[in-house]
Amino acid sequence: MTGVLPITLEDSTKVVQAFLYSGKEYVCVMKLHGDVGETRVRRVLAEFEDEIYQRPPLRSSVKRQIRTRRIYYINYLEADGRNVLFRVGCEGGTYIRKLCFDVGEVLGVGAHMQELRRTRAGPFSEDGQTHVTLHDLAYYFNEWREKQDPNILREFIQPMESALALIPKLVVRDSAVDALCHGANLTAPGVLSVESHIEKGSIVALFTLKGEAIALGKAVLPTEEILNTNRGTVATLERVLMPRGTYPKIWKSVPKQ
Amino acid sequence: MPRTVPPWEIKHEVYIKAEDETDPKYGHIPLERPPTEFIRYGVINLNKPAGPTSHEVAAWTKKLLQLEVIGHGGTLEA
Repeated sequence: MTGVLPITLEDSTKVVQAFLYSGKEYVCVMKLHGDVGETRVRRVLAEFEDEIYQRPPLRSSVKRQIRTRRIYYINYLEADGRNVLFRVGCEGGTYIRKLCFDVGEVLGVGAHMQELRRTRAGPFSEDGQTHVTLHDLAYYFNEWREKQDPNILREFIQPMESALALIPKLVVRDSAVDALCHGANLTAPGVLSVESHIEKGSIVALFTLKGEAIALGKAVLPTEEILNTNRGTVATLERVLMPRGTYPKIWKSVPKQ
Repeated sequence: MPRTVPPWEIKHEVYIKAEDETDPKYGHIPLERPPTEFIRYGVINLNKPAGPTSHEVAAWTKKLLQLEVIGHGGTLEA
């Protein structure tokens, strides 16, 4: 299998969770075991654009119980005899191999996944965002070692904040940062801005005004209430990303309203 | 079934609640982190070739960049 594989370096490995549960997109070649007309193939593929049932295969690291996964879209691209090419966008943890098998069952002829390429993992895709090959990696790293120009690093590495691009953000005051780095919950006075689509229980990313990721949290209130409330906890901490002491310790400071 | 919007197509609006300033003495704008820090808090959007496993590719990257810790976001295996 080939395609988009996010690699987290050193401390940014703390954000790897953001990829595991994020959406994915693949381009897939499904090989049918019998002849089926294009109209029927298109129709059955469209039926799977839904919440589907899956049990992880024998060779997997997760518990093998039936679970549901959402297929956001399946775009039929073309067919060549019994080979069907399609693009699929789905929830993380969806087994495309099983999807092909199930499509084959519904079509009545059987099918298997012939080839798979991942074209998106969360915010990372094939276009833009410095998508590099192993060759590029070796080349740029060597250039960096020789020339020591920091701009070379930006050719193949991006800040870990880019991994959080799909997670709704809250921006907080400098005075709140160090407490958060120590695991404190985020309270209303610390909030400067909040993004839409946050519900109670949503995973959120806490950022500084400079755009640095402080921590991953879980919202206790939805967007509108976070905007309107002046006191109380707004989000609990899930994972601290920023080292303590990056910002000064101002435990007692309360911003003037 | 009506089409569900995939996460990367959801447009997030930003609502400002209050204004404040940030002290340039502390922290860094991510793209301006000094090299060692930039690498330590960096991620790579890798185009994985066929052949090696995701773990092997990650291990290779770790060795090339001489890092202590490496991770990857979602195994791409057969």
